[in-house]
Amino acid sequence: MSVVAEPEPEADPEADPKAEPESEAQLEARFQAVIARKDRIEPRDWMPDAYRRTLVRQVAQHAHSEIIGMQPEGSWISRAPSLRRKAILLAKVQDEAGHGLYLYSAAETLGVSRQELTEMLISGRQKYSSIFNYPTLSYADMGTIGWLVDGAAICNQVPLCRTSFGPYGRAMIRICKEESFHQRQGYELLATMMRGTDEQRAMVQESVDRFWWPSLMMFGPPDDASPNTAQSMAWGVKTHTNDELRQRFVDMTVPQAAALGVTLPDPDLVWNAERGAHDFGQPDWDELWAVVKGNGPCNTQRVAHRKRAWDEGAWVREAALAFANGTGTGTDDNDNDNDGTEPA
Amino acid sequence: MSGQISGEWPLYEVFVRGKRGLNHVHVGSLHAPDDQLALRHARDVYTRRNEGVSIWVVRSSAITASSPDEKDPLFAPSGDKVYRHPTFYDIPADVPHM
Ligand SMILES: [Fe+2]
Ligand SMILES: [Fe+2]
Repeated sequence: MSVVAEPEPEADPEADPKAEPESEAQLEARFQAVIARKDRIEPRDWMPDAYRRTLVRQVAQHAHSEIIGMQPEGSWISRAPSLRRKAILLAKVQDEAGHGLYLYSAAETLGVSRQELTEMLISGRQKYSSIFNYPTLSYADMGTIGWLVDGAAICNQVPLCRTSFGPYGRAMIRICKEESFHQRQGYELLATMMRGTDEQRAMVQESVDRFWWPSLMMFGPPDDASPNTAQSMAWGVKTHTNDELRQRFVDMTVPQAAALGVTLPDPDLVWNAERGAHDFGQPDWDELWAVVKGNGPCNTQRVAHRKRAWDEGAWVREAALAFANGTGTGTDDNDNDNDGTEPA
Repeated sequence: MSGQISGEWPLYEVFVRGKRGLNHVHVGSLHAPDDQLALRHARDVYTRRNEGVSIWVVRSSAITASSPDEKDPLFAPSGDKVYRHPTFYDIPADVPHM
C-alpha cells in the first residue's frame, strides 16, 4: 500500500539541511490543514503520535477480524451441501484472507511489522470483531453471515473508503468492491432455503435469531459509551458514529428480511414515520463487553487456531527464505524447481 | 535484488496492467521470500477477478521515493509555469479546432 514500511523518524533526514527544521506546532498545523480540506494523510507525512496509534489499533483490529473471520465459515467448507456452494464458500473465505492482507499492508505503513501484528493478535494484545467469537452451528449460518455480518461490515466499510489515512482508504475501496458478492451469495443461500422445506425455513429463522443481536453489536458500543469516537471523527478517521451506522443497517435490513420471509427477533422493532427510520431495541451490551474481554463462546478456540496455523507455518516461512537465500538472486534458476506453471 | 535476508520476508510493491493499452498501476504490497513467489502471491492477492493481464513486482527497498509532502521543493519549479497549460492562451471563441 505504500513504498515505505519503516517508521518515519521525527525529523526528516532528507530535509534540506539549510532549512530551519519545522516546529512541532507548524507540523501539527499542516497536518490539521490536510484534514480540514478532507485531503489524505500519506505514510511519510508527519502525523501526531495519537493519530498513528489510533490508526494502528483500528487497522490492525480490522485486519485481524478478516483473518479470524475465515474460521467460522472455513469450518463448513468440507461440509458444503453442493459443489456450487463449496466453490462459493471457498472463494469467499479466500477473499477474507485477501482483505486481511490488504489491511496488514496498510497497517505496516504506520511502522509496525507484520510479525508484530500477528504476535499481538495471538497474545491477545490486539482485538478483532466480537462477531467471530460466535459459533456456526448449521449451513444456514453461511447464508446469515453473508447477509447480516458482511452486510454490517459493508455499512461500516463504505464510509471508511474516505477515511483520512490514504493506505487505509485504498484498502477499503478494494475490499468494498469484493464485499457485495459476499452479501449477495449469503442472501441467495437463505432465499433458496426459504423456498425449501419447513425444516429448512426453521433453520434459517433459528440462524437469523442467533446472529441478529451480535450483528448489531458489530457497530460498537452506543455513542455515549464510545469515548474515542469524537477524536476519530475530528481526525477524519471515522465519518459516522456507531449509532448512525447501526441505524442505517437496521433500516436497510428490515425490507430484506421481509422479502426473505424471516422475522427479526426484536419486539421493539417498528417503523417510526416521524423520524423516517426504524425504532429498535438495544443489544445486550454486557454480552458485548464479556465477548470483547475474551469470554465469548469461541474466543479461546479462535486464537488457538490462529496460533497453531502460525506455529505450524514457521518451517514453511523459514524454508522459503532459505531457498531464496540459497539461489542468491531470488529468481528460480534451477530447472528442478520449475513446476511448469511459470514460463521457463 | 540480493543480499541474504533474515527474519520477515521482504516487502514487495505490486503493479498490475488492467488490460492491454493501459499502464501498470500500483495496487498494493505484499511480503514474499523471493521474486517468483512475490509474483504468485500477487496473482492470488490482487487478481482474483481478472483485474489484470500483467503483473510487475519490485522489492520496496529498490524504490527511490521523493517525499510526498506537497510543500516539497522538488515540485516547486512547475508551480509557477502557467504558460505550460493550454488555458493560459486567449484565443477568440470563433477560431475553430483550437
Ligand atoms: Fe472482508
Ligand atoms: Fe466479506
